[in-house]
Order: sequence, then C-alpha cells, then structure tokens
Amino acid sequence: MKQNRIDLKFQEDKKLLSIYFSAGFPNLEDTVPILKNLQAAGVDMVEIGLPFSDPLADGPTIQESSTRALENGMSTHKLFEQLQGIRDHIDIPLVLMGYFNPMMQFGIEKFCQQCEAIGIDGLIIPDLPVDVYNEQYKSLFDKHGLYNMFLITPQTPEERIRYIDEVSNGFIYMVSSAAVTGAQSSFGATQADYFKRIANMNLKTETVVGFGISNADTYQAAITHSRGAIIGSAFIKFLEKEGVESIKDFIAAIR
Amino acid sequence: MNYNVDERGYYGDFGGAFIPEMLYPNVAELKENYLKITAEPEFKKEFDALLKSYVGRPTPLYFAKRLSEKYNTKIYLKREDLCHTGAHKVNNTIGQILLAKRLGKNRIIAETGAGQHGVATATVCALMGIECIVYMGALDIKRQAPNVARMKMLGAEVRPAMSGSRTLKDATNEAIRDWINNPVDTHYIIGSVVGPHPYPDMVARFQSVISEEIKTQLLELEGRDYPDHVIACVGGGSNAAGLYYHYLNDERVNIIAVEAAGKGIDTGESAATSVLGKEGIIHGSKTLLMQTPDGQITEPYSISAGLDYPGVGPMHAHLFRTKRAEFVSVPDQEAMDWGLTLSQMEGIIPAIETAHAFAALDVRKFKPNEVVVFNCSGRGDKDLETYIDYFKL
Repeated sequence: MKQNRIDLKFQEDKKLLSIYFSAGFPNLEDTVPILKNLQAAGVDMVEIGLPFSDPLADGPTIQESSTRALENGMSTHKLFEQLQGIRDHIDIPLVLMGYFNPMMQFGIEKFCQQCEAIGIDGLIIPDLPVDVYNEQYKSLFDKHGLYNMFLITPQTPEERIRYIDEVSNGFIYMVSSAAVTGAQSSFGATQADYFKRIANMNLKTETVVGFGISNADTYQAAITHSRGAIIGSAFIKFLEKEGVESIKDFIAAIR
Repeated sequence: MNYNVDERGYYGDFGGAFIPEMLYPNVAELKENYLKITAEPEFKKEFDALLKSYVGRPTPLYFAKRLSEKYNTKIYLKREDLCHTGAHKVNNTIGQILLAKRLGKNRIIAETGAGQHGVATATVCALMGIECIVYMGALDIKRQAPNVARMKMLGAEVRPAMSGSRTLKDATNEAIRDWINNPVDTHYIIGSVVGPHPYPDMVARFQSVISEEIKTQLLELEGRDYPDHVIACVGGGSNAAGLYYHYLNDERVNIIAVEAAGKGIDTGESAATSVLGKEGIIHGSKTLLMQTPDGQITEPYSISAGLDYPGVGPMHAHLFRTKRAEFVSVPDQEAMDWGLTLSQMEGIIPAIETAHAFAALDVRKFKPNEVVVFNCSGRGDKDLETYIDYFKL
C-alpha cells in the first residue's frame, strides 16, 4: 500500500506549518488558487474546511467565513468538483476538515471514495467522537487510505489521550486552550506547561498544535514542544483583507 | 422493545454524544454523576420539596367536562400551565440547578428560543443565588421582549446570538461554545430532551414527574393508573417526554405527538420534523432534523416560538421510527383556533405550543369510554400579543 503523504511529511526533519481555510471563502472559486499559493509559499500541509451551517466548535471568524462560503454556493459536491485533478498541481498533504452531518448526508462510504479518488490524505471531524469512529467507521477509512485525526485539549484526561494515541494515525491535533477556534495574541505559562506535559507523555503519534495561533510568537511557542502548528482564523482574516495573491506575505511573517 | 434510553445513551438508532473533544470532559462529568446524584435521598428530598412548595406540584389532573361532552370521550388536562413561571420547563431547571450545585458549579448558562426556558433558568438561578447567562437569538430577542425583560428582572444576563439565523439553534450553538470556553466552573442547563447524552435522558427524568403524578391521579379518578391515549405537542419534546415517560413501555397506552406544520407541510415554512426531517446530527445528538440535501441545518417555522426547533429529541425520533407513537402535524391556523376554543370552553388560555396538541381532537376519533390525557404544558400569557394580532382582540 502506498504511504500516506502525512507520514512522509512527518519524516522530514523540520517543524511543520499547516494552514486551515474555509472552502468557498472569500469567493466560491478561490479553493484551488489558495492551495496553489499556499504550496508555493512553502506551507507543509493544508486543512480544507468544509463549511457547515452550525459549526459549534468554531469561533466568530471561522463561523463567519463558513456562513459566507455557504452563501457563495459551497457544498460537499461543489468542493469535490473543484478538487478534481488537484494532484496534478499540489503534492503537500491535504486534509479535509468538517462536521459530521454534511458527510452523513453525502454518504460516508461515497465520501471516502471521493476523498481517495481525489488524493485527500486525511480527515478531521470535530464532532465524530473517537469511540464511534473506532467502532463504526475506522475500517472504512482504512480501506480508502484515509487518516482520521483527533483533537485533545488541556482538559483531556491522560487515560483518554492514551486511547486516542492508540487509535490515531497521522497526527494528534492539540487544541491550545479550552476555547473555540480564534486568534490569541500570546500563549502564557499554562499553555507551555500543557505542551510540555504532552511532549513528556512520549506518544507514538506526532502532535500538532492548533487554535489561537496568529503570529510568529505563538507559532514559535507552539512548535517548541510539538511537531508543528495549524493556523486558521488569523489566516482567514488576512485572506479577506489582503487577498489570495498576498498569501506568501502571511506565511513569510510567520516563519 | 425498549423505548427508553439504553446504557450507551441511545434510543434505538438515535441519540449518543456527537460532540467535539473540547466538550468531552464536561459531558463525561455529567454522564458519570447524574444518575448517582439524582438517586441520593438528600437530592430527592430537596427536589420534591421545591417542586411542592415553590413550583406548586402536584399540578391538577382536570376533567374537561365540556370538551369531553363535545367530543364524546373522557378528556383530562394535566395542568402544567399552573406551574410557577407558567409551564413545565421549571421541573427541569429545578432538577438541573440542584445537580449543578452538587457538581460544584457556580455559573449557569442556558439557551432559549421563546424565552420560556430562559425565564425558568433565570428563576432557579435567582432562587439559588447563582450567576446566570442566557443565550438568545438576536431575532428572538426582538420578538419576545416581555420574556427578555423577565430574565433581566430575575438578574440574568441575556446575550444575543448573532451567528447563523440568529434564532434558537444559533443560541444553542453559542451556549455550547460558551461551555467549551468555560469547561470547569460552568453548568449548561439545556431546556429540552435534546443535545448529547445524558441530556435527553436527564431532562426526561426531571420531566417524568408529570406522568408519575398522572398515575396516582388517574387511579383515584378512573380506578386505573393508565389512560388510553396521551397527547402532547413536540418541538424538542420535553413536555411530551414527561407525559409519555412512565407509559413508554406500557403498550396499553397509545402515544400521540403533535408537531407544528406552520404554514403547511409543503410551504417551506414548517416545523414538522418527523415529516420533513432526515437522520443526522444536531447539537451533539443523532436524530431527525430538517436540513438541505447538502446537510446544512435549515430554519424551521411555526407561529409558536417554542416549536420551531429544526430537530426533535432522540426519544421522539425513536418513537416515530418504531411507530410506537402516532405523529400528527397541525398548521398555525388550527392551533390558533384551538387557543380560542380551549379558552372559551374550559376557561383556560393555553400557550400556542400547547394549543397545537388539542387539534389532535379534529383528526383523531376517540371512543366514549376512552381516557385521553392532554399535557396542558403552558399558559398563554406570553402569547397574548400574538393572539391579539391574530384575532384582532
């Protein structure tokens, strides 16, 4: 079986910068241009957000971009249509991130087939709990070569982190603080302790920090004790203001 | 077949806890403790005492003589409209505030649509001296000014939900986000039998006092502790869950659920989830919900603000799928007419939600010796403005 691009990326000797954006925002047809610009700017991995009407783990910025994307006409069908042939241009790992209901309505099996055909490497589904995934969907995801990444938070009990580590492949998404998504200007001692605590657990799965990373400072703090960081809200705000062509400036300012 | 929740938190195919990991500790804490705490004698004592002396329970089971004569059957009304704050909602908020106190929480959040659950939550927070924040859709805040004023008078902070359609489902999203941001000191009092397990079961248990009392009352009135039919309106479904609870597995009792058809099932402005909904996930629960083919949750419509929830509790989805319950949907106009009928035949002005239930009498024939129990879930004071506009009073 061919190796997952996420694993290959983690084999590189470097810290990883991953970017999240909501597909269909600011404009419906921006998806592919955004991906091309991100890759050209040296981003290591991308989470493509599948918009949902009720994104309950997200803060105002991603909510707003999600709503706007839906108004622009984004849908699961539309996104898959846009991503046809994407592997002719993009070779960094691509992860789809979205809520479970739209995937259910598309049909989980069909959804996985489409992902495999396009060359999607993994999924992040915040409201699909690890135990339900493990019992009902893991074999299907495995069959289509898809990784499913799980979140942990400062409140996740150690025993559960061990369980998630066992079920996980790809990486574990470390949520920086007990909060919905959204930019924070700095991380304090609490976050540093938490990052260290997880690093000291010697998990088999790599960890990447997300939520609240908005600039070079928070990026540095995040990667000190993990393999990488994911930026979402701050990137979306930048994208709305500066446009797709300026993406390289955003990335350059982070690292 | 079992129609109640199973040990995994499911009602048949429905229920469960489809929640982001950020909520896991909060929900796990509740799941591990709610049965243990509510079974403690001290908890029961305090709960029962407050229901009696503060809420005014037991509420009467009233034989509706004129209505019975007209429809040639035996009609009883369970008078939840006589509860303090005007509806059954307070049964649940009393239970949950006592639970929150025992879990050491000092901050309460809630969602509200029409404001009834918000008022019931603000009330018990005032009673216990606990900080209370109620999320309410910005649009609903405009539509339900008297209840907003009540909550404020009771000392609660009302925070507008500005996202999405700015109604009940968005207020629920905001409350969930608040809980994610405040995982340690805060308890979220959900107002209906919706949300992730254990909420649907927990709320149903607190509301089950309704059918528990009916059993005792019917035994005295009819010489048997069960009716032939129980009828309630269903939005999320908490008053219905309380009415059905002790009869769920008693197949001598026919269960009827009345949903709001709004302007009509096919008009695109309806809240009849059993007809228009499809299986999916809303607010952490697998259930039937109204959505687009792409899986985006849609905005329901009903003239009654308490019934326009795009989903339905997982218990009710299960009752529908297994055909244990008969589902009926009633348009705005019939519900409004029943508001007037009940007022003028029995001297009881019902909430518009409640009025929907009675319209079952127009579509369903009952035998003369059958005992039919309606949940008269709320009073109509809060709906006066809608009644005034509608009937040009």
